[in-house]
Amino acid sequence: MPANYKELKKDRMKDWREELRKSKEAKERVQGERVKMPENAPMERNKNFFEVNKGLSEEQARKEAARCLDCPTPTCISGCPVNINIPGFLKEIERGEFLEGARVLKETNALPAVCGRVCPQETQCEVRCIYNKMKKEPVAIGALERWTADYERNTGNISVPEIAEKNNIKVAVVGSGPGGLTVAGELAKLGYDVTIFEALHELGGVLVYGIPEFRLPKEIVRTEISTLEKMGVKLVTNFIVGRTATFEDLSAQGFKAFYIGSGAGLPNFMNIPGENLINIFSSNEYLTRVNLMKAFRFPEYDTPIVRGKSVAVIGGGNTAMDSVRTAKRLGAERAMIIYRRSEKEMPARIEEIHHAKEEGIEFMNLHNPLEYYGDENGRVKQMKLQKMELGAPDSSGRRRPVPIEGSEFMVDVDVVVVGIGTSPNPLIPAALPDLATTRWGTLVVDEATMMTSIPGMFAGGDIVRGGATVILAMGDGKKAADAMHKYLSENK
Amino acid sequence: MPKIIQKEVLSENVVKLVIESETIAKSRKAGQFVIVKIGETGERIPLTIADSDPNAGTVTLIIQRVGATSGKLCDLNAGDIVTDMVGPLGKATHVEKIGTIIAAGGGVGIAPMYPIARSFKEAGNKLIAVLAARSKDLIILEKEFKEFADEVVVWTDDGSYGNKGLVTQGIEEIVKREKIDSCIAIGPAVMMKFVALLTKKYNLPTMASLNTIMVDGTGMCGACRISVGGKTKFVCVDGPEFDAHLVDFDEMLKRLNAYKDLEAISYAKYQESLKSK
Repeated sequence: MPANYKELKKDRMKDWREELRKSKEAKERVQGERVKMPENAPMERNKNFFEVNKGLSEEQARKEAARCLDCPTPTCISGCPVNINIPGFLKEIERGEFLEGARVLKETNALPAVCGRVCPQETQCEVRCIYNKMKKEPVAIGALERWTADYERNTGNISVPEIAEKNNIKVAVVGSGPGGLTVAGELAKLGYDVTIFEALHELGGVLVYGIPEFRLPKEIVRTEISTLEKMGVKLVTNFIVGRTATFEDLSAQGFKAFYIGSGAGLPNFMNIPGENLINIFSSNEYLTRVNLMKAFRFPEYDTPIVRGKSVAVIGGGNTAMDSVRTAKRLGAERAMIIYRRSEKEMPARIEEIHHAKEEGIEFMNLHNPLEYYGDENGRVKQMKLQKMELGAPDSSGRRRPVPIEGSEFMVDVDVVVVGIGTSPNPLIPAALPDLATTRWGTLVVDEATMMTSIPGMFAGGDIVRGGATVILAMGDGKKAADAMHKYLSENK
Repeated sequence: MPKIIQKEVLSENVVKLVIESETIAKSRKAGQFVIVKIGETGERIPLTIADSDPNAGTVTLIIQRVGATSGKLCDLNAGDIVTDMVGPLGKATHVEKIGTIIAAGGGVGIAPMYPIARSFKEAGNKLIAVLAARSKDLIILEKEFKEFADEVVVWTDDGSYGNKGLVTQGIEEIVKREKIDSCIAIGPAVMMKFVALLTKKYNLPTMASLNTIMVDGTGMCGACRISVGGKTKFVCVDGPEFDAHLVDFDEMLKRLNAYKDLEAISYAKYQESLKSK
């Protein structure tokens, strides 16, 4: 989404901003080294579920914020799917107005404490930072976003965005993941009567079932959701739109527009022999048991989890990294990533790969499982791997992995986690036969408005993209909220 | 939150709960299930809906005490709250007029059979119910079946009630006696396995409703996956009903035992907590 540069410019020309810019020469600003995020020690943290990153100190934050040159054309913003006014909040930190900084963040981002932790800043805002052109490390925008949001939360005095006069127009948001929360926040600000419907018993979608506690403490998600509640958003759990009630039922109840952010859906398996053996899980199941159901605290919590000694996680994305680091924390002596391409092609964030390596995760790149073997009770005990090499680039632009004949060998495993992506959940399309879908089962939307083939019904996130990131879902939500506002204003 | 309106103890370890839920009572169809969780620390388990009353806004669940969660449910009383209940999930039974149908229910599987059998009867089929269990006290809903079924026969393993023998004997007697067009089997996995083996011999189309381990129940986790005709299917979104002749029951039986040891720890802990009360 293009940023509103006119507004940004006005903001930049404020007296205090100009003064602050002049208070320190650019030459001096670029002298500083990028701050390093303090982390818990790898071989200690890989035995517990506490957050890995400890966060910056106030001093570190202000020093890092001062590195930002407050460019006339801040290219970083164009890399952010929700167009956070990045120099705007960084300069508030630099001058010590931390709560103002938080307010700037929340103008465009309903979940800054989440995004500061899980966004791939290295491929979005930070990669566009002017420092890269100077062959220097970019400003640590992500760490500062996190610090600002945490600062505000720790004051216990979280600002609730201003709400326009209530217009009493009912809007339904299906799914309480990052996209749905964003839509709800944006529309609530505009005065809409928003209800979020969540299928699970807890709100937050992938933020609570998928991303582990050691990357995103659930307390933070709960705080961000409680802000929405304070904004008047109604929250309904244990409710599957299309099942518990149909879309027609909800329309009859007065809902004028819908946002479908139902998320990823069905886990993919490789369909190789032995894949249904016991103790072979999808990443979704493995992570849901641990994160949402708190199986790592079994038997205090009723949901069990199998603590493997030798755990293989198939895949190279963030979900695979989360799974393998979870396995290590559950006591695995050997926790391995099995990935069919090389590290260069891995879709996971560099930080996650780096953290995993520090924690003692084994990377078996250029390997692919062919078959699993079980014991007499049907529990997996071995897997056959094949070595791969990289061939010519495929349609994704990445070099295609090619099997090396005769390179097969066996590895002992007692737990396998398959984290190779998901396919769209069929529940929503099944409930709406008129809804246009692609041949992959994702929903067809107008890219400018995120509206589906059914007027008044919008969608975004994984149900449209087939699997992406928290921030892309939030970007979709933002775009959709704008379009929904326009649609509802025109179709009164 | 869903409140328990009525509780009835059907046998020592089987309880019937009538639970308030206006939305599910209205939207559910025969063959569908709900996911239930008790308390903050509870586990999510699937339970097939035994009945509902859209006017009263209630759904009926029949639960057999087998572990911690089912135990907690059985120990709830009228007026108590079921912390979380979501549904209806799974595909509804495809009901049509086929001819003569055997509805074979085993143990607590008789409960989910009830709405399905009744729907088939209402669609104009001749319905013969074979109700089977280990012993007399585990035969449930006999009176309710007699109200609509053309014939109800009871079999118990120990002969304490009805005919002595297994459900398969009950089915075979009927198949030999008259022309049967279709069979539905619901009960323990091992029972459905042997029903499937028997009816395959007679080329009798058979549908089984499966109750596997689930976490979310909406297709997200894949814990419930089974092999049907060599293809992996998710019981929660592709089922819960499948062609019994294509289901790999041996694999399913193993998968049902995936957490046997841990479930025992959980159950022991729950029983211990009852003692200290």
